Amino acid sequence: MAELFRRFGGGLGTLFLALVAVWLAGMVLAPNLTMIDYALRPNLPPAEIGGQRDVYSLDNILYLANESVHRAIFFKTVWASALVTFITLVVCYPIAFWLAQRATPGQAAVVILALTIPFWINEVLRTLAWYILLAFRGPLNALLLVIGIIDEPVRWYGDIGVLAGMTYAYILFMLFPIYNAIESLDRSQLEAARDLGASVWRTHWRIVIPHSKAGIATGCVFTFMLAAGSYVAPALLGSPGSRWFTEIIYNWFFEGGDWNRGAAYALVLLVLCLAVVLVTLKLARVNLTDVAK
Amino acid sequence: MSAADRILRALFGFYFAAFFIYLFAPLVIMAGATFNASRFPTITPWQGTTLQWFNALWADRGMWESLWTSIVVAFFVVLVSLPIGTAAALVLTSLHARARSVMYAVMVSPLLTPGVVVGIATLVLWRQIGVGGGIFLIVLAQSSFIICYVMLMVAARLQRFDRTQEEAAIGLGASRFMVFRRILLPFLRPALFAAGFLAILQSVENYNTTLFVRGFDTPLTVYIATKVRTGLTPAVNALALIMIVVTIAGAILYEVVRRRAQQRSSAV
Repeated sequence: MAELFRRFGGGLGTLFLALVAVWLAGMVLAPNLTMIDYALRPNLPPAEIGGQRDVYSLDNILYLANESVHRAIFFKTVWASALVTFITLVVCYPIAFWLAQRATPGQAAVVILALTIPFWINEVLRTLAWYILLAFRGPLNALLLVIGIIDEPVRWYGDIGVLAGMTYAYILFMLFPIYNAIESLDRSQLEAARDLGASVWRTHWRIVIPHSKAGIATGCVFTFMLAAGSYVAPALLGSPGSRWFTEIIYNWFFEGGDWNRGAAYALVLLVLCLAVVLVTLKLARVNLTDVAK
Repeated sequence: MSAADRILRALFGFYFAAFFIYLFAPLVIMAGATFNASRFPTITPWQGTTLQWFNALWADRGMWESLWTSIVVAFFVVLVSLPIGTAAALVLTSLHARARSVMYAVMVSPLLTPGVVVGIATLVLWRQIGVGGGIFLIVLAQSSFIICYVMLMVAARLQRFDRTQEEAAIGLGASRFMVFRRILLPFLRPALFAAGFLAILQSVENYNTTLFVRGFDTPLTVYIATKVRTGLTPAVNALALIMIVVTIAGAILYEVVRRRAQQRSSAV
């Protein structure tokens, strides 16, 4: 801290500290603490706030544990987000490996530029594209009918639609971290493995994957967090039978009118995501400093 | 090359092509549906080629209002995020190793928080003070994590900064403020430009956070999502097409400027 003042002088140093304090205390810490406060208090009419019944309890969180529909939706959100993470990982790995190790620099530059195009396009539009593609009378059903794979149009909206839309929306968050990690692998290691008779699988399992685990962990953490916290894909591509946990939270706020319960549910989502982040990074022995690059 | 290698290669080629079709087909279909006369946006069946949906979009007042809302929000997000993100990067780099890694974790934590939670937390805090959702809260909620991106980009550029320049200027009698304004800020300019661009993009594209703090204001993404539920016509596709073209043009411009800046700095 002394370094900051030595370098920029008292005025600027204080200004920088004040700006950072406004951000971290006012825009990050205070909102989250208030959310926790909300989550632990009961939903009371204005007259009773601060009264006898306004005490801290875990009721709102226990409500989630005991309400079987919400609980089921919560667990579905968790495993479906894990599934999205797994699918994107499996789909991206070969592409990332090719880009990082096999492609010529020219090829890689062109392909990466092409890949970034969908990445720049906004999430709502990417989801809208799938909404149109998967419509009951839409192009996908038309194509499958012509080829003869199906005899009748399929209703894609629902769990399948949500999974497809999420995989599509977040796939590049998986691709780029893995690509960055594999790129730093020295090619001679792969050649050595090959010369020593290692099979393709073994080379990947023992050399490429261990080398790129920081990238894989980063990709997984972000994809999981984005999927679990997504609202667009379930709202557009879901059906009444395929609700997502974020939709339940939204309903507590804007339809159920119980912000305390909504805050409690949001808190559960936050804790889930932080737990996944910490456990994944711990398992992969990755430092938080290596994430978000 | 052995037969097995050749098969593997062919398989990968096929996979690679499929991956690209998967990435682009939905976008191409969405864009193509703009020119179909069908009332629901699709390309099957093709009911005649038309430009009418651009006219419909042009006449849509709700779209213009939401576009304006998004522009205002993005403007203020940049205004808030650039100074704070830069300050955060400067504070971070002046810390010592251990404190720095703790501070770093704190500063990137908003990126690891689900967007809906960011929105909710902001909403409940400000309700305590009697402030409801609207442009003001959208700006605050979006900035709280967009600052992280600015911080990361500025910090990355700071790593290449040569501190002797500052010392030389001080030695020649410049004030600390002068050194900051005349040496450090110009050095950071490319990173600030890039961060500003990214901040605008992140702000305009945001949906999950914005949805919770928007109150009665309707930015562009919320407008599009509402249209999908209340009556989707290819006018929305026309909007999507325009946004895609603008985004790609912006991305290319961004790349060109970045590469030129890189060449210049490596030439020095």
